[in-house]
Parts: sequence; C-alpha cells; structure tokens
Amino acid sequence: MSGEPLLKVENLQVSVAGQPVLRGVNLTVLRGEVHAIMGPNGSGKSTLAHVLAGRSGYQVTGGSVRYLGRDLLALAPEERARAGLFLGFQYPVEIPGVNNAYLLKAALNAMRRERGQSEIDAFDFLSLVKARMQTMQIDEALLSRGVNEGFSGGEKKRNEILQMLVLEPILALLDETDSGLDIDALKLVARGINTLRSPERSFVLVTHYQRLLDHVVPDQVHVLARGRVLRSAGPELAHELERRGYDWLLEQAAA
Amino acid sequence: MSDARSEIDALVSGGYRHGFVTSIESDTVPPGLDESVVRLISRKKGEPQFLLDWRLKAYAHWQKQREPNWAHLRLGPIDFNDISYYSAPRSKNDGPKSLADVDPKLLETYEKLGVPLHERARLAGVAVDAVFDSVSVATTFKERLNEAGVIFCPFSEAVAKHPALIEQYLGTVVPYTDNFYATLNSAVFSDGSFVYIPKGVRCPMELSTYFRINAAKTGQFERTLIIADAGSHVSYLEGCTAPMRDENQLHAAVVELVALDDAQIKYSTVQNWYPGDAQGRGGIYNFVTKRGECRGRNSRISWTQVETGSAITWKYPSCVLRGANSVGEFYSVATTCNYQQADTGTKMIHIGANTRSTIVSKGISAGHGQNTYRGLVKVFPSAQGARNFTQCDSLLLGGTCGAHTFPYVEVRNPSAIVEHEASTSRISEDQLFYCLQRGLSSEDAVNMIVAGFCREVFKELPMEFAVEAQKLLAVSLEGAVG
Repeated sequence: MSGEPLLKVENLQVSVAGQPVLRGVNLTVLRGEVHAIMGPNGSGKSTLAHVLAGRSGYQVTGGSVRYLGRDLLALAPEERARAGLFLGFQYPVEIPGVNNAYLLKAALNAMRRERGQSEIDAFDFLSLVKARMQTMQIDEALLSRGVNEGFSGGEKKRNEILQMLVLEPILALLDETDSGLDIDALKLVARGINTLRSPERSFVLVTHYQRLLDHVVPDQVHVLARGRVLRSAGPELAHELERRGYDWLLEQAAA
Repeated sequence: MSDARSEIDALVSGGYRHGFVTSIESDTVPPGLDESVVRLISRKKGEPQFLLDWRLKAYAHWQKQREPNWAHLRLGPIDFNDISYYSAPRSKNDGPKSLADVDPKLLETYEKLGVPLHERARLAGVAVDAVFDSVSVATTFKERLNEAGVIFCPFSEAVAKHPALIEQYLGTVVPYTDNFYATLNSAVFSDGSFVYIPKGVRCPMELSTYFRINAAKTGQFERTLIIADAGSHVSYLEGCTAPMRDENQLHAAVVELVALDDAQIKYSTVQNWYPGDAQGRGGIYNFVTKRGECRGRNSRISWTQVETGSAITWKYPSCVLRGANSVGEFYSVATTCNYQQADTGTKMIHIGANTRSTIVSKGISAGHGQNTYRGLVKVFPSAQGARNFTQCDSLLLGGTCGAHTFPYVEVRNPSAIVEHEASTSRISEDQLFYCLQRGLSSEDAVNMIVAGFCREVFKELPMEFAVEAQKLLAVSLEGAVG
C-alpha cells in the first residue's frame, strides 16, 4: 500500500485564459502523508487545488495526475468528490435558503451511494454531525441556517472542516483554510485535521503561514512559485521561509 | 348535487366540437359571441333572473372594451369569435381511449411526479368511467363539511341552492366592469367553485378542487367565490402539480374572496398547464383575475402561488385591505422555461387603518423565458399606520432569458411605511462548483439551489403541496441548465 502513491502529479501545465499559470508541477503524496504547499501570492497554489478538484475555467495543457490509480483529470468534479477527494474552500460560497444540514446530508449520501451503502438514517446523521460539531465547537444553530449564509469568516472555515470530518475523505486539499483565523479558531482547525489524520488518509495544505504547521506538522513542505515547485523539504523548510521569506528562493531559481 | 349531475350529463350527451354541430338543439353553440349566446348559457343552467341580468350587463360592457396591452407579453391577437362559448363540458369520446394513446412525454412526467396510476388516466383525459377512489373520499369529505356547516360545491349548484349568497357577494370584489378578461368571464363563465364558511367555523380540512366532483370539466371561463364569515378560517388549494390535458387555449378565470371580521382565507395555487413545446408552439394562455377583500376588521387573506405552466401567465392575485388591522399576503414562485412568458404580481390596496401587507415574489427564468413581476402597493389617506414589505427576487438560468420588475407604489398617508427590496441573480459558478465538490450531481445541485431560492414561498404552502411543488419545479427546469 505504501509503495503506490495516493496522488501523483507529473509535469502539470495549466493555463487560464491563455496565460500559463502552472508550468510543470510535480507532486507525489503517499497514503498517510501531510504535505504543505507554500509560496508567494499568485504563484499558482489555489490554481493547483482547483484543477485537482476539477473546477472549470482552467485549461490543462500538459502533464498528468493519477489518483488512486486512476486518471484524475478524466473524472467530473462530482466523481472526484465521490472518490474521496475533498476541497476545503478558501472562500466558501453562500447558498441562501439551502439548509446547511441538508447539503451535508446530500453530500454524505452521495459518498455512501458511491460506496454501495444505503442512505444514512436521519437520527444517525444527526448524532454524527452533532459529535463532529462538538469537536469543532460549532453552535448547533448553524445546522439549520442557510449554507454559509451570514456566517462569519471563522465560522465558514470551521464549517469547511466540519464537512470534512463528516465526509471523511481520502485526500483533503485545504486551500488557505488557516487565513483570516484567530489563534483559537486556528487551533480548532488544526484539531479537526489531526482528528482525521491516519495512515490511510492524506492532506495537502495550501498555506501562507508557518503557524498552522506548528499544530499540524507536515511530512513535506513545498514551495510553489512562478508555476513550479522550487523546493521540497521537511518541516524545517517552513521555519526557514518564516524567517527569510521567499526572495532568496526566487533568486536562486533565477540564477 | 344529483340535479347538477344530471344537468351536466345532459349537457355532455350529444356534444360535438364546433364544425360538427348537428342541430340547434345541440349543446355546443357555433363559435362566436353575441347576446343570444349569453342568454343561452344562462337558460341552459336554469339561472335566476338577477344572474342573467348581470351577465348581460357584463356582455354589454365587454363590447365597449379592448384587450389590455400594458403587460410585458408578446402574443398574437386572440380571435374571440373563434371560441365556442358553450362547449365546455366535452364529450368523453373526444379523449384518448387508453393510456396507450396518451403522449408518452406526459406519462413520463406523471412517472417523475409519482402520480398514482389510476390518477394518470383521469388527468390525461382518458375516457374512463368516473369511479375512482377519490369519489368515495370526496363523499366522506362532504359529510364532514356538512356537519361543520361548510358549503363547498360547484358554482352552478350554489346558484341553484344558495342564490341569496350569490346575489349578495358575486361581483363585489371583482365587478363585471373590472377588466377585459374579467368582464368576458362575467358574461360567459361556465362553472367553478363556491365556498361559504359560517360564522366562527374553522373549516375541518383543506378544501381542494382535486376532491370536488365535476371539477374536471369546468372549462375555460371558471368562476370561484369564497366567503369566510366572521371569525371563520379556511385553507383552499387549487390546481394540481400534474399537468392536465386541456384543449382550450384561452383561460380567463375569476376568483373572488371575501373575508369578514376576524376571518382568515389562505388560497394556494399550483398551476401547471401545458406550457407549449420547446419551440414555443401551443400552450395555454392564462389570463386570470384573482382578488380578495379583507372586508372585516382583523381579517387576513393570504395568496400563495406556484406557477410553472402555461405559455402565457397574466395574473395578479390581490388584496383589498378595507377592514382595520387587516392583513394581506402574497407569496409567489413563477417559473418560465423555453418560450414561456409570465407577467404576474399583486396589488395591495390599503384602505383601513393599520393594515399590513407582505409581498414575496420569486421569479425563475430559463431558456428563452421572460418573467415579469408587476406589483402595486397603494395606500389611501384613510390607511393610517399602513405597512408594506415587498421582496422581489429574480433568478436567471442561462443567458437567453429575461427578468423584469415593475413595482408601483402610491402612498397618500404620511404615516405609512412601505419597503421594497429587489434582487436579480444567477446560479453562480461558485455555488454550482461548491455543490459538485461535495459530490452532488449538477442536476441535484441546481434543484437544491433553486429550491433554496424559493424556500420562503414553499414554506407557506400546505405540507404535502410543498413537497410536490419542489418536485414539480425540478421537473420543469429539467435540462434548463447546461
């Protein structure tokens, strides 16, 4: 099991409106690993997360992505989701009038159908969600509100992690889930991630800051800049970036 | 009841469509409208003199009127002389002989909506004997209503049995001079429903046209009158989520509601008539006048409508708030797909002191559909302390449809407070992708987002209706999002 990578991104090239954004990204994630992707603004971090999740509006011009031994790029977004790929959004969208619990239950049942399981019983669902909400310290009243409707920034991010805890993905891509959080909320998000961490499950954390990585220690840190992975190393790289910024890496790459 | 039944049976027998009229004694008159046709309709129904006089006044007035053209609708001229005004109860022999003869598309829709098998035949107009489960259900209903003193019967039966009530209330909310279509209806109306709830009675069940025997063939000029006497309460459901077969293109119905002191009327409609095909051919023209009057103090009238059918919908269920502290409400979901057009909204007329009204309108346009909200909030000088809140939201699916909003506000009392909120939105790429990323199919995602958009209106519908309406919306919008 550990021999075959869960996710293998090879020489991935992506353009947006004809402009190259990713210029040959390589990334290999094994089962049970946590990877952090860091880098300056506009380096292509969010693009990578979106392309992996199957968002439209990006042209893949080269390279390949294997996930669970399948050609990930050939799958529709909902098929990727049902195959256990979860994207925690940087800006979770509001869907007025759609009950938060309703969406979550529909999502969970979509996963269960994929696995050949029957739809979850309403009571089982409620007790599952309530237990997870306790982990994330989310007020139960949020369940009956519209999806992200009128949520604070922190509530939206915690709600993303709540969804992750309920859906139990195989690969979670968290796109700047830590930005805009105060220290208590950050710890909760970290707790959510650590709760799910297991030898079977992998995480890719897109982040600007070292501070999340103090609570969720990654196996590898990658620096993505100008559409390429400039450097990959252990968790100590994040500390170095915190001290020195990105310029030295960019200069090295240019040289 | 049995009198009305045999009368209708008599009308049905020998009925052929125009062009095949066998003799002058036949019950189908040739197309065209003149005074003799109005007299004939009234005579056939054995109506009292006052009703004939009223019809004739309406007819005389109609001749002086022209079709309104202010609505945001495109339609060709309607030839009112090409309509037979007395062929409404159609012969059973005209319909398909069995479900095998019915348009498979229609049957597919019934399947999706989960309409029971025995109901499909009735809805599709298959010539079957009218012995359904619903008949016995209806009989049970009638007994319970009788015990409560509630009158719920076909309009023509009420004319025969309760002429005093008809004379007292008919045309008092929608006068025969009201508008072109209402005037035409007043002259030639075929049948409809009559409801009277006595003083202090809470109607023991939802009244539904679905359970009214003889309702199926009331024709294109339907007339409904509901009277809620002091302190009474009634909830009335009109229509059906399943599309009904109907070959009359023009429908011009009138609905009048009267609520006396402390009375409440809740009127819910699900309208799903044939909308025409994907190219915009055919489909029902629905020109309806619906109005309720809160005549008594502390009375309340609430309109809830889900409009998904018809090629053209022209409809403004309104409230005249005459009694002090009376309340008017209008909750609407109107959907237009393909080439459907809807010009719909409401009028809230504040006359009494401290009258309040709420308007929540949700318009959904897809394909080449054109959806217009048109509303009037009018506050008379007498309406001290009047309040209105209007919320008017439009949702666009795709790039070839349209949403239009025409809110009119006339306030002549400085103490009134009138609020208007409006929005136009699309289902955003972000919302759709969010749902897909959580594993939903794009169809489920769109349905969920649209249902969320309509939630404030759906929650006003009676429970079972709300579930059906949601399903109906999903079926109507099928394939609307690429």
